[in-house]
Amino acid sequence: MNALDLARWQFGIITIYHFMFVPLTIGLAPLVAIMQTVWLRTGDDRWLRLTKFFGKLFLINFAIGVVTGIVQEFQFGMNWSEYSRFVGDVFGAPLAIEGLAAFFIESTFLGLWIFGWDRLPRRVHLATIWLAALGTWLSAYFILAANSFMQHPVGVRYNAERGRAELTSIWKLLTNNTALATFPHTVAGALVVAGTFVAAISTWWAVRAHGRGDLQVADTFRSAIRLGLVALVVGGVAVAVSGDAQAKLMFKQQPMKMAAAEALCHTETGAGFSLIAVGDVQNRCDVRQLTIPRLTSYLADGDLNSTLKGVDELQTEYVAKYGPGNYKPMLPVTYWSFRLMIGFGAVSALLALAGLWFTRRGRLPTNPRLGRLALWAVPAPFLANAFGWIFTEMGRQPWAVAPNPSGVDGVRMLVRDGVSKVGAGYVITSLASFAVMYGVLAVVWFGLMRRYAAEGLPEVAAPERRTTDDERPLSFAY
Amino acid sequence: MDLTTVWFILIGLLWTGYLVLEGFDFGVGMLLPVLSRGGDDVDRESQRRVMLNTIGPVWDGNEVWLLVAGGATFAAFPEWYATLFSGFYLPLLLILLALIARGVAFEYRGKVNDAVWRARWDRAIVVGSALPALLWGVAFANIVRGVPIDADHQFTGTLLTLVNPYGLLGGLTTLTLFLLHGAVFISLKTDGPIRLRARVLSARLAPVTLVVAGTFAVWTQLAHGAGWTWAAVLVAAAALVAAVAATREGREGVAFVLTSVTIVSAVVLLFGSLFPDVMPSSTDVANSLTTANASSTPYTLKVMTWVAVGLTPFVVLYQGWSYWVFRQRISTTHLPAASGLSAFAGPR
Repeated sequence: MNALDLARWQFGIITIYHFMFVPLTIGLAPLVAIMQTVWLRTGDDRWLRLTKFFGKLFLINFAIGVVTGIVQEFQFGMNWSEYSRFVGDVFGAPLAIEGLAAFFIESTFLGLWIFGWDRLPRRVHLATIWLAALGTWLSAYFILAANSFMQHPVGVRYNAERGRAELTSIWKLLTNNTALATFPHTVAGALVVAGTFVAAISTWWAVRAHGRGDLQVADTFRSAIRLGLVALVVGGVAVAVSGDAQAKLMFKQQPMKMAAAEALCHTETGAGFSLIAVGDVQNRCDVRQLTIPRLTSYLADGDLNSTLKGVDELQTEYVAKYGPGNYKPMLPVTYWSFRLMIGFGAVSALLALAGLWFTRRGRLPTNPRLGRLALWAVPAPFLANAFGWIFTEMGRQPWAVAPNPSGVDGVRMLVRDGVSKVGAGYVITSLASFAVMYGVLAVVWFGLMRRYAAEGLPEVAAPERRTTDDERPLSFAY
Repeated sequence: MDLTTVWFILIGLLWTGYLVLEGFDFGVGMLLPVLSRGGDDVDRESQRRVMLNTIGPVWDGNEVWLLVAGGATFAAFPEWYATLFSGFYLPLLLILLALIARGVAFEYRGKVNDAVWRARWDRAIVVGSALPALLWGVAFANIVRGVPIDADHQFTGTLLTLVNPYGLLGGLTTLTLFLLHGAVFISLKTDGPIRLRARVLSARLAPVTLVVAGTFAVWTQLAHGAGWTWAAVLVAAAALVAAVAATREGREGVAFVLTSVTIVSAVVLLFGSLFPDVMPSSTDVANSLTTANASSTPYTLKVMTWVAVGLTPFVVLYQGWSYWVFRQRISTTHLPAASGLSAFAGPR
């Protein structure tokens, strides 16, 4: 393998890993904030216990999201320095703004939340978790604006003399319609992850507590199940709606990606959506099976009879436009990741409906089998998120910056032109060391999450109200 | 003033923020085993927890200064960002691995109430603090010294290029400076035996730091400095000499201000010596990256200036407020029992 392949593997592994933890952070932050708000409003200690219970799980998860985020910021310079030279004028801005506008808020207010339980007045302390949650959402927006530039460059021009992309409008860059569609899809996906997480763990606990005869705990967790399910349903609907909007946009902006999503070889009118493919998706055109007629055409622009360009026709078109080369993504990857994203998303949606059914009108889930089944639901939305990103990024190949079909065509870059001119030995060293460290951390993360989830609700003494600052005790979170 | 110069200064400011703030985090991390002595295992553990809790609420916010410095370099000087991080590949990799291990260690060490578990994370904290404390100095010294860069702005050296007496002295300078800064910070933020021990240690570290950092500063000034950067050398020297006195007299607040001033002056000296280069080439002066040829367009710099001017005051305000909230000294007498779960036994 050469430095390019290794750098691609590294980016893929490190980014997907990072994004295993991030959706839970983005989704769980507002849910924990809601729990604490309910506690403060009602004075009901059950909500304080839930806040502390899910707050702990949130923090165990947050730690890994933060530290793996540092690598994200620097690996553009390490492995993709030619890309960085080409796009820095444009791409650097949202990254820097993310740090200044989001990371500072997130880290500072989370520090205040963790250590400020006894130290801050109650309302101020509540505000800190809401601000930390705001920070995570802001961060998502700016990084998605940066990614959307790679999918659909706007607000830029190509400077031939310097051989680089240059920003012409920060406003256009930040209001890229790709970003406006991607952001709701991503945070809704995060809500599904967190909603499932909260609902599943709470179901398991409700069943368990009921079995032990501890009805108060069972009832406490029932409230959390309902909260998780609401997040799950809201997130699920938003995922579907925003995903549909995003797909329609993508058919216009990156037709090759969407043709690759369907592994559609040839241009078709009224193209169908195949559920599975059997055989060599990359090279054969007759492997798509179980086709729902006209569905893909409908998804593309709301018309059952619209014409969709096939991969082969687009390839010919791209060669004419951008010069000789292979512009096909890896079709098996795009085809299957698209289906797995939707499939795992649908599994989450079905489980949400089942959950709502089992907890309807004050009912408490009591079946031990249901408790265990609930836990098996947890990975599904994580996987849906991961496959969504694999699809988005692999579907963009071979481009690092995909050409905008409607204009600023000078701004485009192939992935292979973006890689650093460093030896393969360097890249393999970093790939191997990150793999080992991330592997160890994943094991530790899982072990801690399991332990703390199984530990259950902490006993709480509500923080006392005190009048003067100096009377408030210090808190020691470490 | 030219916007490229403004951004050169702003990036210097971001690094200053990072090194002053995370400088003491690194110091606390490195001193964890050094300052937790005497008594039995339980006492030592309590002392370590007190030290970690001094930086607990703030270390993550401190580290964001690094992310913003990196992001701002990417936005304002893409060529600098690209050449620096691809060129200094392996040292940067070590720094990243260290920061990852250390960050997770802070959050996880108390999660399980077990000596072996904690000892492992403590090792991650010590190594994860010492490596960056050393390597940032090596990196900055080599940037100022100049490294082989070809006409395409590619770094053409190897890892060994960075290993030279001046670079290593730079590393030793940040290492000792952060040790001192951390020791002073602990003496400022704690009470009881740790405070006294930190005070004694900082009084011992201060003269050593003065010699190491002083040599590095004079070397930098003579080999690379501009005329006006003598001012930075003198301020750094004066602050460190005064810090030696302040640590002896046990004036912790004053000593902390002085070590902070030393770090600020060090960044001023290094950036002042660089200007108008951002990464001088030792191969050919014509290949050097400068504020002019490495920068983004005036439009991008203008946008980023508005962003920085609009947001930074708020950041400083709320981050400052978080320091105010946790301003009180802490000691083992306040320490609650460890809240971690008992050693791993599987879910019950």
